[in-house]
Amino acid sequence: MWEYSEKVQEHFFSPRNAGAVDEANAVGDVGSLACGDALRLSLQVDPETEVILDAGFQTFGCGSAIASSSALTEIIKGKTLDEALKVTNQDIADYLDGLPPEKMHCSVMGREALQAAVANYRGEEWKDDHEEGALICKCFAIDSVLIEETIRNNKLTTVEDVVNFTKAGGGCSACHEGVEEILTRVMAESGQTFQPSAPAPVAVAIPTPTAKMTSVQRIRKIEAALDAIRPNLQRDHGDVELIDVDGKNIYVKMTGACAGCQMAAVTLEGIQECIINELGEFVRVMPAELMPRAERAHG
Amino acid sequence: MTTDTGIQGIYFDNNATTMVAPEVVEAMLPYFTEQFGNPSSMHLFGNKVGLAIKKARQQVQTLLGAEHDSEIVFTSCGTESDSTAILSALKAQPDRKEIITTVVEHPAVLALCEHLEKEGYKVHYLKVDGKGRLDLEAYGKLLSDQVAIVSVMWANNESGTLFPVLEMAEMAKAAGVLFHTDAVQAVGKLPIDLKNSAIDMLSLSGHKLHAPKGVGVLYLRRNTRFRPLLRGGHQERGRRAGTENTAAIIALGKACEMAMEHMEHEQTVVRAMRDRLEQAIIEAVPYSFVTGDPSNRLPNTANIAFEYIEGEAILLLLNKLGIAASSGSACTSGSLEPSHVMRAMGIPYTAAHGTTRFSLSRYNTMEEVERVIAAVPPIVAQLRKLSPYWAENGPVEEPEKAFAPAYA
Repeated sequence: MWEYSEKVQEHFFSPRNAGAVDEANAVGDVGSLACGDALRLSLQVDPETEVILDAGFQTFGCGSAIASSSALTEIIKGKTLDEALKVTNQDIADYLDGLPPEKMHCSVMGREALQAAVANYRGEEWKDDHEEGALICKCFAIDSVLIEETIRNNKLTTVEDVVNFTKAGGGCSACHEGVEEILTRVMAESGQTFQPSAPAPVAVAIPTPTAKMTSVQRIRKIEAALDAIRPNLQRDHGDVELIDVDGKNIYVKMTGACAGCQMAAVTLEGIQECIINELGEFVRVMPAELMPRAERAHG
Repeated sequence: MTTDTGIQGIYFDNNATTMVAPEVVEAMLPYFTEQFGNPSSMHLFGNKVGLAIKKARQQVQTLLGAEHDSEIVFTSCGTESDSTAILSALKAQPDRKEIITTVVEHPAVLALCEHLEKEGYKVHYLKVDGKGRLDLEAYGKLLSDQVAIVSVMWANNESGTLFPVLEMAEMAKAAGVLFHTDAVQAVGKLPIDLKNSAIDMLSLSGHKLHAPKGVGVLYLRRNTRFRPLLRGGHQERGRRAGTENTAAIIALGKACEMAMEHMEHEQTVVRAMRDRLEQAIIEAVPYSFVTGDPSNRLPNTANIAFEYIEGEAILLLLNKLGIAASSGSACTSGSLEPSHVMRAMGIPYTAAHGTTRFSLSRYNTMEEVERVIAAVPPIVAQLRKLSPYWAENGPVEEPEKAFAPAYA
């Protein structure tokens, strides 16, 4: 059984705006082959103000497809067409307090129906440019098409590359077999052979340090490296804090959205690389939880 | 079981799993407590358990009509039995690189075969017609000394359609090819007499016949060349190493004994309930039809396609009324793939997505059947009101043309 939020269930059992709008002057029909869902959105638009006066949906689809359609009509009623076009599939999912990763495409279908209806109203032709593949990474809802394209465009050759570029496989790692299969297939297109055991050496060129730094200098450099990374983390509503430096071991604390994030390990690797570059020596960056117990007790 | 709102639940999803029979629970409980011994041990703690397993093995033997009780190998589930059978045939006959199976097998066989293809094996997938039937002539032509094993299910889990495995096994035997059948849906619902068949291997699963989950059987005809999947101990005569799941094995024995006692009931009373359910629903709901081969199928299974609506939505509304069923719809599969069985039978997607399977057991009653008959038509009508393929009282004219959305 899917884990549907209360809101999804409520919109499925009591859908709003079901059925066609009688005086519709904009209609959008879309479907998703991935799941056989199809949706017709009909709108009554005020020709003067372009405000959506009424919206109705007809959906052939599962519980979340019906709930997403219902949510979409509620969100866009009263908006102008231009305002409505700013509604993203994430807005639809958020309105429903989230959707299971496998079901995010239902919200995508809602956004596409809206685009199709607006195009219909304006006498334009709407083309679906969104291709959907089999869901590979369930932690981050990444499908095969996105992974394939990213591998092709960036000439990726390892699972680690795919994790770094797409996030796919960066969580529970259960999909790594699937990712390896895609790598094998895409690399074969350009005559390459995927090497699963390829020793992917962390290609970090270690500059020779000019002179031995004092502890204070080292810590300042480490702080500088962290400051450089910080804006990237804050963009994802997270942050990092330096806890201790013990020889080659640097302990940091991930905070905000970074705390408990499934990508934390990948992020730590990135931080480590930056600090190594800054210091010109090899160090190991670890979460503060891994600090030896006695030190934590005293610290 | 009762729902959150206090409605007494109706369980019509017995092809997915079954309730453990109360007598079976009673039979297994002592093997968690005072009879905890290891059947391999010399002392009296183990000895009694060993005897109980022997009895369970004979109970399974009787239900399957096997010639020897040593042909029964206990495993952890149907999937393990399937994997063991197919991989054993390949290991024991390294020169044979082909497998014959069908497009409508359970993933336990299909996913393994797809994986073996990547390792270089050639897999022949037998197709089915609109009623889910195989073409035996096409099958006969594929049998050769290159084929390591044929694996064909006895009964399909979705449509209930029965395959002519007895005949197919004879054909395989004549060609010198091993024959395996995944019979997890058939065992306990149909009389089986393996000693008078040409079947070399058969898989069954405990939880499909009122035993608990986590126990299965591989039937292995005496003198069949065999290579174990798990090595590491003498259990099951070295054919499946690992300490026996004693409580579950004893439960399975009891469940087999009870299935034997209820075989007649399954064929008459359960069949009558299924027929009543199916006929009444088809009559009450326009644009609905039975999938599979109605004249040749399991007595407990009704798979009905409701056109122009989607299965998950049907299940959610049934569930609200405390009724449990399942669907071939893409959205209920977890993989978002529409049922490979319905696609193989060529059912159009506007119907395939609305297929709903009701699978009964001896624990269901005619009263429950009547409640489901009353519940289904309004649910279908409610969902069709939302469907772009549906007008006031029937499908829109030329539905495929009237609603032809842009597909990704």
